[in-house]
Amino acid sequence: MSDIRLEGVSKRYGPVAAADDVDLAVAQGEFVTILGPSGSGKTTLLSLIAGLNRPTAGRIFIGGRDVTDAPAQERNIGLVFQSYALFPHMTVLENVLFPLGVRKIGGAVARSQALDALKLVRLEGLEDRRPSQLSGGQQQRVALARAIVFKPDILLLDEPLGALDRKLREELQVELKQLQRTLGVTTILVTHDQEEALSLSDRIMVLDKGRTQQVAAPAEAYLKPANRFVAEFLGIANFVGLEDGRTGLVRPERVRIGAIGTAAKTARVVEAIYLGQMVRYHLALENGAAGAPMVAAVPFVGRAFATGERVAVSWEAADIWPV
Amino acid sequence: MNRQERSTGFGFVAPLLVLMVVAFNAPIAYMLGLAFWDKGQGFTLEHYQGLLEAPVYLRVLGNTMRIALIATLANVLIGYPLAHWMRGLQNRARLVAIALVVLPFWVSILVRTYSWIVVLGNAGLVNRALQWSGLTEQPVQFLYNELGVTIGMANVLLPFLVLPLFAAMIRIDDRLLQAAASLGAPPRTIFWKVYFPLTLPALAAGTLLVFILCLGFYITPAILGGGRVPMISNLLDTLINQIPRWEQASAISTILLVVSLLIFAAYRRLDRTASL
Repeated sequence: MSDIRLEGVSKRYGPVAAADDVDLAVAQGEFVTILGPSGSGKTTLLSLIAGLNRPTAGRIFIGGRDVTDAPAQERNIGLVFQSYALFPHMTVLENVLFPLGVRKIGGAVARSQALDALKLVRLEGLEDRRPSQLSGGQQQRVALARAIVFKPDILLLDEPLGALDRKLREELQVELKQLQRTLGVTTILVTHDQEEALSLSDRIMVLDKGRTQQVAAPAEAYLKPANRFVAEFLGIANFVGLEDGRTGLVRPERVRIGAIGTAAKTARVVEAIYLGQMVRYHLALENGAAGAPMVAAVPFVGRAFATGERVAVSWEAADIWPV
Repeated sequence: MNRQERSTGFGFVAPLLVLMVVAFNAPIAYMLGLAFWDKGQGFTLEHYQGLLEAPVYLRVLGNTMRIALIATLANVLIGYPLAHWMRGLQNRARLVAIALVVLPFWVSILVRTYSWIVVLGNAGLVNRALQWSGLTEQPVQFLYNELGVTIGMANVLLPFLVLPLFAAMIRIDDRLLQAAASLGAPPRTIFWKVYFPLTLPALAAGTLLVFILCLGFYITPAILGGGRVPMISNLLDTLINQIPRWEQASAISTILLVVSLLIFAAYRRLDRTASL
């Protein structure tokens, strides 16, 4: 278990900066997600921390030790790839035993440690299968077991759930979170999925074009984004003009709608999407910023407004965040 | 596929099938059958007996096996590092390397074999370089012995090993190697525990292909051996074109075929257990 510190880390490929002067401090046992669109440099950043790549500038510290120039082998990091990268010529058990064998742990000790790790990811009884005989979710668990079996100082996850279908992904999110808490291992997860980032992490680092946009707790990043990019990347953003000329952000859940006459502002329903617990309305504002789009997500009680209907729209001044 | 579709398909294949059977398989069967028949006597094993009684045949067979083994081994020792090196090249350099490996395929095997005489002859490139550098005083005898035959065969057959091996190597996901590194494995362990096992099926297949081709090689041993390195195909040539003893040639061919098939069966078995 260790903390991680990045100081001014950059990675340049010719004129392109995949990581541009990035600072980040992850406390021991913390779960931090690096979130960004594809090409934002998040995977580059992860590979720099893992030691698969060397930064062009900056220093990387793990547990206080400067590992900037240390090869991957010497960093004691558990790494899970999006493609799982399981060794196809080995059984599940052999895959999990691999990092132990490298560390000269063998025999019954290694075996029981490996079986413990497999139990932790709920994969008992599949030890002798080959990776090709497993489902995507099972392969993902093997990759996870292999990454934690040698008690790494830190755990790095590169879009670990990206290749799975939605239901399985949500299941594994919960398990991953529980596993990380049980082990208390410092974890960095990389994803482009904002829901995953919001639900799993203690803190989120939003990255765009290799530059840090914001590092904050999920709720803070969502409700008080540092800039327009963060606001738009983390969920649906409504922008409204403020009296002082600036732009304010209102999240869809903070927009209230009601029958005409209950509020000053009015809008026409362009589309009403029923989502189970919620209804999401795509609106076109009428007065003031005429025609401006707005999205409202309100609990579904009784009746929903229909497409084309006119509604009254309001929000609290306290729910506006200037960006 | 229902019965009718299957018979329609057969209609399309039939002409080719007939051609294969009549022009290819039947002559081979007849040729192999020759060994078991004697004029006027019917079935006989006499010709095989003849093989066992004349030690020269067994010696040539053993000789062929030994040279094939050495040439195959040389192929593996040169081919594996070459294919591995090619995998690490950038796109353009890799294309050039592939072209250089494939290029000999487009040059007649006769030309390639004779060019070794230019390179390895007593007044050839290698010998002149050796003498100029003072490493040797007398020219080294590379040609018309087993060394020359082995060098020639290794060269001619190299692409048969390198290409399938290279194909298998570029299919190996770099992330597997990165994963192994992140799990703490030093480069040597990554190679022997991850990389090499993944190339093993292709290596086995390529090695076997080269070995079988070596067993039946004719032109290169004939030219670079100068008639002094007897191998099976050259023996067959003698038995068919010079002595005419077709029955004996047929018996030897049968043995060669059976040996090749046995090696192939062994490989199939190996491959199946490896991929389980």
